[in-house]
Amino acid sequence: MNPYGPVAIYLCVALAAALLFTFLPGLVGRSKPNPQKDEAYECGVEPTSAVAGRFPVRFYLIAMLFVIFDVEAASFYPWAVRMHSLRVFGLVEMVVFVIVLGIGYAYVWKKGGFQWR
Amino acid sequence: MQGAIDTLNAAPLWLVVLIKSAVLLLVVVTTFAYAMLFERKVMGWMQLRPGPNRVGPWGLMQPAADAAKLILKEDLTPKTADRLIYRLAPFISLLTAFSVYAIIPFGASASGPWAIGNVNAGILFLLAITSLGVYGISLGGWASGSKYPLLGSVRSTAQMISYELSMSLSFVGVLIIAGTTSLDGIVNAQLHWWFFITQCVGFVIYVITAVAETNRAPFDLVEAETELVAGFHTEYSGLRFGLFFIAEYVNMLTVSCIATLLFLGGWNAPFGMTVVPGIVWFLIKVATFMFFYIWLRSTLPRMRYDRLMAFGWKVLLPVATLNVIATAIYVAFKG
Repeated sequence: MNPYGPVAIYLCVALAAALLFTFLPGLVGRSKPNPQKDEAYECGVEPTSAVAGRFPVRFYLIAMLFVIFDVEAASFYPWAVRMHSLRVFGLVEMVVFVIVLGIGYAYVWKKGGFQWR
Repeated sequence: MQGAIDTLNAAPLWLVVLIKSAVLLLVVVTTFAYAMLFERKVMGWMQLRPGPNRVGPWGLMQPAADAAKLILKEDLTPKTADRLIYRLAPFISLLTAFSVYAIIPFGASASGPWAIGNVNAGILFLLAITSLGVYGISLGGWASGSKYPLLGSVRSTAQMISYELSMSLSFVGVLIIAGTTSLDGIVNAQLHWWFFITQCVGFVIYVITAVAETNRAPFDLVEAETELVAGFHTEYSGLRFGLFFIAEYVNMLTVSCIATLLFLGGWNAPFGMTVVPGIVWFLIKVATFMFFYIWLRSTLPRMRYDRLMAFGWKVLLPVATLNVIATAIYVAFKG
């Protein structure tokens, strides 16, 4: 069998188990509705305002930096596996790549991209 | 006995795999239950108290009692929540936590069918599945429609993606030496030298990032009670909270398995003690790593968030990249 065949079967079993756990509380859990219980938690007082639509832009910046550097990390993988046959050629290639990347990294650092305020 | 084996050999392959999958999943869930008891016991001893000891002898029935309680609890959904996504989030967390075990080998493939699927892109599959877990946390916090869960989930998402970078770089050193992404091949490459010796920097980075990825102390900023109540799962109750809880412990187990496979020699016996079968060594190593997790939790205080992010980007990322280059230099000039 194709090695991914068993993986697919296992994933179906895992899916069934996760679905069971997800629907179980609706079937066996007791329910005593009460308007107070449906309020969002806010330290015991009534919610003072709706959930704000604003939060720090820093998080978006981290997400963008992640995409850039994660693509870089992914490009290391095929290279790493072939390293035994690429030898010095592969090393020089990768050092050049890392230097280019390092310039970008130093720029982000200098601009304060890694500074959490 | 022979009859049973004949029946098994005659059964279609998909049926055998189906039974194996169900058994493996059962083992994983049971291990989760006792990992939780183990943690509470060990934490208890480290803090000079007995830990749970009321339900059954030595507290051994405690996981069953906890499960019954969680299942019977009322399932609440805040009226501000996005009902569909609110229910989908714990499901995603649990499914990704379970899915990883599809490819984890518990023994050499030469000595029997110890893995469900032995795929040759093992590490890529692992990374792909484990990084999906972040969706459960970020959607769960966002869909609760409440303030603390939202803050907890954006924090946790930023933390997890930052540390995931260094984690994927810490694998590259192992790949360079082993020359394969198949988990079976990587363990076979550790017959003489386990990679936690030859890749010691990579191992340290992996341990740090793995603790951060699973949101465990000292990186459990997600659940910083003093700041965020209970983080992204503040609004969850009953079994839906339980699903996040199961996912967290199953992820700890996954991380221990990956550390064992990639750095601690998998099922290879130390000092040539091959009388003990490989699966036993594998389980001993996984259990040791789990103990290490608990030890960390009861020893170290929680880190501050700005320091956590600065550490991830300014220290771990450059060190991991330099480790990759150093390993490449070694392999290129080895002769």
